[in-house]
Amino acid sequence: MSTVTPLTTDPALKPKPETAASIAKKKLSSPWASLAAIVIAVLWTLPTFGLLVSSFRPERAIKRTGWWTFFSDPQVTMENYKAVFGQDGGVNLGDYFVNSLVICIPAVLIPLALASISAYAFAWINFKGKNFLFLAIFALQIVPLQVTLIPILEIFVKLHLTGTFWTLWLAHSTFALPLAIYLLHNFMQEIPATLIEAARIDGAGHVSIFFKVMLPLLTPALAAFGIFQFLWTWNDLLVALVFAGGGNEVAPITLQLANLSGTRGTAWQLLSAGAFVSIIVPVTVFLLLQRFFVRGLLAGSVKG
Amino acid sequence: MFNAASTTPGKLLQMLAALLLFAAIMGVILFIAGRLGRGKRGDKWVGYLYLAPAVLLLLVGLVYPGLRTIYESFFDAAGKGFIGFDNYKTIFSDKDELTVLRNTVFWVVLTPFVATAVGLLYAILVDRSPFESVAKALIFLPMSISFVAASVIWKFMYEYRPDQGNVKQIGLINQIIVWLGGKPVQLLIESPLNTFLLIVVMIWIQAGFAMTILSAAIKAIPDDIIEAARLDGVNAWSMFRNITLPSVRPTVVVVLTTIGIGTLKVFDIVRTMTGGQFKTNVVANEFYSQTFRADNQGLGAALAVLLFILVIPIVAYNIRQVRQSSEA
Repeated sequence: MSTVTPLTTDPALKPKPETAASIAKKKLSSPWASLAAIVIAVLWTLPTFGLLVSSFRPERAIKRTGWWTFFSDPQVTMENYKAVFGQDGGVNLGDYFVNSLVICIPAVLIPLALASISAYAFAWINFKGKNFLFLAIFALQIVPLQVTLIPILEIFVKLHLTGTFWTLWLAHSTFALPLAIYLLHNFMQEIPATLIEAARIDGAGHVSIFFKVMLPLLTPALAAFGIFQFLWTWNDLLVALVFAGGGNEVAPITLQLANLSGTRGTAWQLLSAGAFVSIIVPVTVFLLLQRFFVRGLLAGSVKG
Repeated sequence: MFNAASTTPGKLLQMLAALLLFAAIMGVILFIAGRLGRGKRGDKWVGYLYLAPAVLLLLVGLVYPGLRTIYESFFDAAGKGFIGFDNYKTIFSDKDELTVLRNTVFWVVLTPFVATAVGLLYAILVDRSPFESVAKALIFLPMSISFVAASVIWKFMYEYRPDQGNVKQIGLINQIIVWLGGKPVQLLIESPLNTFLLIVVMIWIQAGFAMTILSAAIKAIPDDIIEAARLDGVNAWSMFRNITLPSVRPTVVVVLTTIGIGTLKVFDIVRTMTGGQFKTNVVANEFYSQTFRADNQGLGAALAVLLFILVIPIVAYNIRQVRQSSEA
């Protein structure tokens, strides 16, 4: 869950003349250092690369020869991708892909909105019990989701919400709040008080201060947390397993991929293509918005 | 709008309806906040109003369920009869449960240390190299994919084909074993080897996180310290030992504890790769199996509470370290 990082550096770091590490590296006789870096990079990339290559190979080839033989005997097909989107075979990944999107969008927007106004209250409004409440919400970050699932499920049964998107929207939104409030509060506190006071003197209330002063300044923080929450929700399996059921009505793509791996563990033509369909969205989001993501990490928290 | 939608347009429509409903609720809150008087009294009420929806969700969705689960952990499988600490006794005495605990210890000890070591080494190696950002992205990318997809990727790496006639290996690890002259191994079945191979997947995911945070910490080491050390002519190892490591130590602690806590709760990898079979089970997966497969609610609740209890010392240690380093 979350922890406090004693980092105050802006991740958009200015290039410095030399760092301890760079000197250490230079003295470590550069060829060896480079070699070590390349070895780690290859080790970290190869597993994904192997499956990516496989996803474009014909079923027969995947099951009979290793993916590395692709380079001596290249055979390319899109059949595997067609198969995972097809209705027959019961894979039907398209439906689950839509479900993942339908789950994620509200599950990101709702906690962002709720956490922004809560964080604003904690940062800029005085009221009784503020410190206690803030500490309590901060502490809730360490509660593992596992302890909450069964009682929440019972509540959903009573409300007749089981098997709908509402269970996932509500659950993901709730679980996101402690971290979101804490992160956004930290960002808001850094906004100079004089800005707020000036707005108040001009007669602005808390609503217009929130929209006109806070929100524009808060965009990077909102983006950072938004990406976190998006990746977390898109990649989640546990919450989906408990609340969504297995069918194609509500279950997200990770759940279908996990089911596929369980029931058809040797159907590598489906698993490889399925895995890449499921990671294309988070990887794209990550690559496009890496800067915000890293800033969010450095701001002190990780959810898990 | 609270019923299940089954077609794609139906789903999108329901999402839109939900977002509109939520926007309306936010609108009402902000409208009332705008109407509340200015000055200290009005302020106070705006504060409570802004917090109300979040506090309500947290009370219903985290605080009550947490307490309820602690309560239920003292009941039997059906959740009817009170059995005191028996569920906890089972966790610490049953043979299978002890394997679960042993594996969890392996996970929580190995993952943070190896992932942090790799992350730190890599951060130092690529620091200020011309390919730094690409090199970092390669290691960092696994962070953005799901545990399930990562498990599929690695299951393919570990794939086993029997050693007979012209059957060829399709998993890279076994192929390497064969190339080196060995016989292929059922990597995910041999215990305790399989547990360590599952841990590799988590290390693969977490090293990028460690690298990113540590890289920022390395770059934040003040220039003059480095310059002074360099003028003293220290070698690479002592630069690392005496300058880099002490400077990033507080960050290392944070990275270790963060990964440790995350590792404790991961069940997706075990579930996807072995289903907890072949002695690879961990507490987080056992919680799921007991609660939803074996229908032993009491034991499931006790396992969830155990996860909670195990997190606390790690967090406490982390807070203490951060306090100490900010005082120093």
